[in-house]
Amino acid sequence: MVADIAFWGLGLVAVISGAAVFYVDSMARATYALALSFIAVGLQVLFLQQNYVGVVTVLMMVMEMAVMAVYMVMFMGMNPALMPMSMVHSNRTAVATAVLTFGVLAAGILLVDWPARRGSPPPEVTVALGEALMGPKMLVMAVISPVMVATIVAGVVLAAHRTRYDRFGDDLKQRAPEDPQPGGVGR
Amino acid sequence: MGELALVQSPGVPDSPVVTVAPGWALAAVAILGALVLVAGMLDGVLSARSSGGPGGGASGAARPFGEAARLMRQRRRTTVQADTLLWRVGGAGLIVTAALMVAVVPLGRWTIFDLDVGVMWFNAMDVLVWALVWLTGWGANSAHSLVGGYRFLAHGLGYELPLMFALVAPAIAAQSLNVGTVAAAQDGLWFAVWMPVAFLVYLLGVAAFSVWGPFAPALGSDIAGGVRAELSGVDRLVFETGRYALLGAGAAFSVPMFLGGGAGPLLPDWAWVLVKTLAVLSLLVWLQRRLPAFRPDMFMEVGWMVLLPAVLVQDLLVAVIAVWRA
Repeated sequence: MVADIAFWGLGLVAVISGAAVFYVDSMARATYALALSFIAVGLQVLFLQQNYVGVVTVLMMVMEMAVMAVYMVMFMGMNPALMPMSMVHSNRTAVATAVLTFGVLAAGILLVDWPARRGSPPPEVTVALGEALMGPKMLVMAVISPVMVATIVAGVVLAAHRTRYDRFGDDLKQRAPEDPQPGGVGR
Repeated sequence: MGELALVQSPGVPDSPVVTVAPGWALAAVAILGALVLVAGMLDGVLSARSSGGPGGGASGAARPFGEAARLMRQRRRTTVQADTLLWRVGGAGLIVTAALMVAVVPLGRWTIFDLDVGVMWFNAMDVLVWALVWLTGWGANSAHSLVGGYRFLAHGLGYELPLMFALVAPAIAAQSLNVGTVAAAQDGLWFAVWMPVAFLVYLLGVAAFSVWGPFAPALGSDIAGGVRAELSGVDRLVFETGRYALLGAGAAFSVPMFLGGGAGPLLPDWAWVLVKTLAVLSLLVWLQRRLPAFRPDMFMEVGWMVLLPAVLVQDLLVAVIAVWRA
């Protein structure tokens, strides 16, 4: 009973703070409303006995939002988001799309003939989830990971405005690189 | 909700610790409070000694009491267009985070929250500090405190991954993320002895998420106090208490992770946990005056070029030894 109330209460927190992202007028509040929403979802996952997944959700999302807040304040808005600003744009299209999407998905939930549950959850649900997600697709995952990392590195290299010739000289012979921001290990 | 009830709790099979009634959480918070006081008094004594005798106001061991009395009577400073909600959440959240950290630390045989992924739980809590310190800096709507918040995040990018991989080493050796199991796995040989790099990086991480010692530039006097520049009165007291509480919680967590938990001769296991916690806490407090500040703009490279590879090699060695012993 208490667990049920807590679970649904957390769900409510997740939905309301998710909606607050668009209602508040500051980038910091929007970012941390989203963080709160993720924390509530992570705690809900604990109630599903997926302890590892739940705690990792909280960990990753808080860290991500802490970094995202910095970027949001830096890049969004006219006055680097230090002033109050609206979190929405293209209101009418957005509202229409949202209502339509909600209607379609809700109709789908109600109209689909859901199958009855067969069997019962295994004792180690996290292991079962991991095998269901990764087991037969391990090769795909193993291929995708290096491709994604290579994409990130290539993107940063292409976007960086300084090249190795700026850093190490035209013949790449300069010992200490010439950087506007010196590093901490004396290279 | 019937489905939820059907899922059997995996729990922790053969858990070496006993979960006590939730009411004992008050005792855990009381112990955390005692650690805060001890750390504050020790810091006061060391501060008085290094400045050559009593300065103005309460000093020495009486400093935490004098400071608390002073701050509780101080009028609250307000700033123009402060984001009060986020500001207060940030300042008050540190104590809550520290309390949630000690919830998974077993006191000898007893624990409040015997989570099967307790190590991850601690890690998630220390990441919360990123958000809380930045929010404290943001909320005041003051340039200096915001600069302090960014300094903390800059440190965070450098210390967090080494700290995470330092926590991985004991978990690999114990083949469990349960804190009680990790403590029990150090039968005879403490993890601090044969994984010293992970232990040192962990201690550095504790200082970092407590905004302590070399990681205090976020509160630097060169930026008028940084994150706490505009904090006054009770708010400042709560923020400072939170920092000491994080230091205490980090010291307490090092005991089951690296220092054998309650293992030790003569004294009962709960007493050994407290003795070891106090020893680590004293070391951290003492280090504050012994280490230079890490510059936030330069520490990232130290974290990624020195600490992270060192702790990864440590993890590899631990993994090889764990496989070889199995």
